[in-house]
Amino acid sequence: MFDRILQEAPEFLTVENLVFLAEAAGRTLGMTLIGCSVGMVLGLLIAVLRQSRARALLPLRAVVILYVETFRRIPFLVIIFIVLFVIEPLVPGVSLLGIATVAVCLLSTAFLSEIVRAGLEAVPRQQVEGARTLNFNELQTLVKVILPQAWRVILPPAAAFVVMFIKDTSLASQIGVIELTFAGKMLVNRGFSPVLGFGAILASYFLLSYPLSRLAAALEKRLASP
Amino acid sequence: MHHLEIHNLSSAYGSHQILRGVTLEADRGEVISLIGPSGSGKSTLLRVLIGLTPPTDGQVFVAGQPVDYMSRKSLRALRNRMSIVFQQYNLFQNMTVMRNVTVAPVEIRRRPRAEAERDARAWLEKVGMAHKHDAYPENLSGGQQQRVAIARALAMNPEILLLDEVTSALDPERVNEVLDTIRSLTSEGITMVIVSHEMAFVREVSTRVAMMDEGRIVEYGSPAQIFDAPREQRTRDFVSKILRH
Repeated sequence: MFDRILQEAPEFLTVENLVFLAEAAGRTLGMTLIGCSVGMVLGLLIAVLRQSRARALLPLRAVVILYVETFRRIPFLVIIFIVLFVIEPLVPGVSLLGIATVAVCLLSTAFLSEIVRAGLEAVPRQQVEGARTLNFNELQTLVKVILPQAWRVILPPAAAFVVMFIKDTSLASQIGVIELTFAGKMLVNRGFSPVLGFGAILASYFLLSYPLSRLAAALEKRLASP
Repeated sequence: MHHLEIHNLSSAYGSHQILRGVTLEADRGEVISLIGPSGSGKSTLLRVLIGLTPPTDGQVFVAGQPVDYMSRKSLRALRNRMSIVFQQYNLFQNMTVMRNVTVAPVEIRRRPRAEAERDARAWLEKVGMAHKHDAYPENLSGGQQQRVAIARALAMNPEILLLDEVTSALDPERVNEVLDTIRSLTSEGITMVIVSHEMAFVREVSTRVAMMDEGRIVEYGSPAQIFDAPREQRTRDFVSKILRH
């Protein structure tokens, strides 16, 4: 087997193939980072909304809870197909990558909103009462008091989620997005040995997720002291 | 005109009535202490006064002006004149001592930072915590945190200061450092409402003492009256029990 890998290696390591792999890795990373960034922002909004007690926001809160509870329970692949069949007729010419990215946003928003909510709830009520009596309004309380303390609780599970999600984006290959997993299949179809083709994919996933884990660990360490 | 007037104030948690028509008045610069058994509504009264727990009935007047606890504007105005120190200090864990004391003056009241920090230093000096201005709350003892919390409340220049069992969470050795701090404030002309179980302290610093039980004020009078010659049986029972040990 190793003979065959060594024999194929010069043919495999062409600029063309490396660019192909890099583009695929770019799509995988892009879907993950865009999806999770959007998910973080929307997740934060949802978490804050779910904490609010305002009566006027009750209908919106109900919709949001329904969304979060539903989307956390649907397999990612199913979400991808739902997005595909809903969006494709509405937006002609939309790219498959775009569709997959929207699916990532939908799923990561649901999960990250729960992670953020747990973080917000970990900040003792007394901190909020202290802020209220000093005349902080809701936004000031959130930005100056709650979030700086909630971050430390939010970051570890959120980072773990993002790193894990790099792998889950492989499901986008099912609708034909040429991300890393699909690229591996294509390389094998072009005649390279599966060990070589998917070995390269394995290395690429590692190169994407390991630095992210390290970055998260470093951030976590920095946040550990106030 | 009284500085603080409380008329028939009631508050309920669900169907559970916690305050049942409290009436009380305090003149400017007075130190009023609330005593009574746990669950008698002392802390709730302070929470209602500062707008953390909504009243269900009654009225509060500060310098003759009624407070509308349903109105944000009225609450803001109230909290510009009234501060509270909590049993659990409630210092912001993500801020240094100095920032805890200056954050509201600078970022809420928009005072120049240099000016606010100068004032903060003076208040921290007063409570004996200026040397810890760079520390975070988690690295301070309970007594130190409580003194910083007092400085934070004072940095808002309150006319009325509420102190909610400020020594209850402290080690016995730390109690006196906080009581000394409060004692030194009684000459600042701030009207204070104190909830405390430190009876010797209450007796010493208070101008008047209110005995509370089951959400009502049972007796309101001078410390000498409450502690030496209570008129009500309930006060007599409570005081004799407390003073026995």
